[in-house]
Amino acid sequence: MTDPALSNPRTVGPRPRRRAWAVIGERALETVIRASGVSAILFVLAIFFFVFREAAPVLFSDDFNFLEFLFSAQWYPTSDINVRYGTWALTVGSFSVTALAMVLAVPFGLGAAIYISEFSGPRQRETLKITIELLAAIPSVVWGFIGLTVMSRIIVALTGAPVGVNLLNGGLILALMSVPIIVSIGEDALKAVPDSYREAAQALGATRWQIVFRVLLPAAKNGLLAAVLLGVGRAVGETMAVLMATGHAVHLPHSLVDSVRTLTANIAAELGEAPVGSSHYQVLFLTGVLLFCITFAVNLTADLVIRGVRRK
Amino acid sequence: MAVVSLAATRFTKTALAARKERAEAVAKWAFFGMAVAMIIPLVAIIAYLLYRAAPSLSLEFLVEMPRRGMREGGIWPAFIGTLYLVVISLAVSAPIGVLAAIYLNEYARDTWFNRLINLAVINLAGVPSIVHALFGLGAFVYAAKFGYSIVAASLTLAIMTLPVIIASTREALASVPMAFREACWNVGATRWQTIKAVVLPNSISGILTGVILQVSRAAGETAPIMFTGAVFFKAIQPGTVFPYRLQDQCMALSMHLYTVSTQIPNVKESIPYATAIVLLGTVLLVNVSAIGLRVWLRNRKRW
Repeated sequence: MTDPALSNPRTVGPRPRRRAWAVIGERALETVIRASGVSAILFVLAIFFFVFREAAPVLFSDDFNFLEFLFSAQWYPTSDINVRYGTWALTVGSFSVTALAMVLAVPFGLGAAIYISEFSGPRQRETLKITIELLAAIPSVVWGFIGLTVMSRIIVALTGAPVGVNLLNGGLILALMSVPIIVSIGEDALKAVPDSYREAAQALGATRWQIVFRVLLPAAKNGLLAAVLLGVGRAVGETMAVLMATGHAVHLPHSLVDSVRTLTANIAAELGEAPVGSSHYQVLFLTGVLLFCITFAVNLTADLVIRGVRRK
Repeated sequence: MAVVSLAATRFTKTALAARKERAEAVAKWAFFGMAVAMIIPLVAIIAYLLYRAAPSLSLEFLVEMPRRGMREGGIWPAFIGTLYLVVISLAVSAPIGVLAAIYLNEYARDTWFNRLINLAVINLAGVPSIVHALFGLGAFVYAAKFGYSIVAASLTLAIMTLPVIIASTREALASVPMAFREACWNVGATRWQTIKAVVLPNSISGILTGVILQVSRAAGETAPIMFTGAVFFKAIQPGTVFPYRLQDQCMALSMHLYTVSTQIPNVKESIPYATAIVLLGTVLLVNVSAIGLRVWLRNRKRW
């Protein structure tokens, strides 16, 4: 009652009360909203829990050697006499395909991001962005099919390799698949550089190319790094495209036209044949845990890098 | 003489300026080339697929049953199966996704817990599709005892596509100016009343775009449904609109493309191409409509 205006009924009437059910309903709804928000955490935990649960028995069994699982190149899951679960060749397969894809996708992706953000006019920018969005929308199984039919013929014709489904094919397909994410995140990073930087450089007589090279790239390097990391995450986790485009040889690749198999493709190829509950089946789930951890680490790093940019 | 040469040099380029200009032009065209290098494959791929698919492309191809072990005939069961999976996964992930985005954008303060939720969303988007498949197999097929079924496959797809909806809904909500909310709070509205009366009406089209994108993503995925409910072949009654039951397994377009292109020998040449075109066409059509909606919305925007 310290404020006279509030106690004076002529200036302010009694505060209208909302009906009880409206208040209760609103509370209930807000609880649901909160629960939906929290559900994202639950889903990530559930993914780890359920995949790990299937993998756990083999992980804690006596004749399973975790170091061998990680670092042996011998993968003989269905052998009668000498069963071996070494995923090294698969890990190398995953990373060589990813590395090849990044060698191709990073220059093109960042170049396109620079063009879109710094050189193009509004109409051209819109067209390019829509094209990239459509490129990103092509399903991975269609990419795999393109690798299997179109790309493999081109590769056989150009390199004379015995089979067209190989490391090079997978790398090309994955490059095309991860370019859109690199472009869109990279463009965001460039857009986040304040215009005053560009104006200051222009006032000193710098051309646009000089502005890009000397001012924007250093200023946006964290964001661009995050774009590349997210591209890596996409490439490592891709399944159907590499399953169809890289061939099916589980060995360490020696050249660009060697067939390889990746961690993801291996699960997709063998899960259907592994008897449920067998150690082979459990090892495949363990490979899933490994993949989960790899992509978690990559995405976490990308997120920390982006957050670092924002704080600045 | 001296005066004339001075005037001439004032308006001709110095060596440095010429070099700068050349570098500028080279850089511009190089970057342009890189950008265009992404359009060419898109157009070339679609054109080539269309060309190879042409012999099979017809309305009959869409609505007929596969014949002779899928070596001839159409793709109707796969098309309907995809429809089932998309609709059910959408029914699950759209409400959760939109509400989660509302929480993150309208309620969440910058605390460690909400940063954790953000991180979870980012990671959910980054989990490989095959790991989602393993999760679906472990959680829905075995632990929840749904078996290999449409329900299990749709739920797996729903969780996989959740981040798509959350991300685009958040963007739509964030584009509503803060002043709108403040004005509403100032006349005494509660947080939810503000959301209902001001935020949602102003962002509903953006949210719809996100939902459409979820559809495109769910229709194209293969790995997550491969081990949870999609099968190579399932006979259905021709002409029925609801041929599958929820606990049935089903065919799906993406899975069908994988099957006819890798698992079955001696398929009629143009069938895999035609399947790819139907899948690609469906997905791109959905995306184009989302883009169209967004453009229309932007032109209509009054603030």
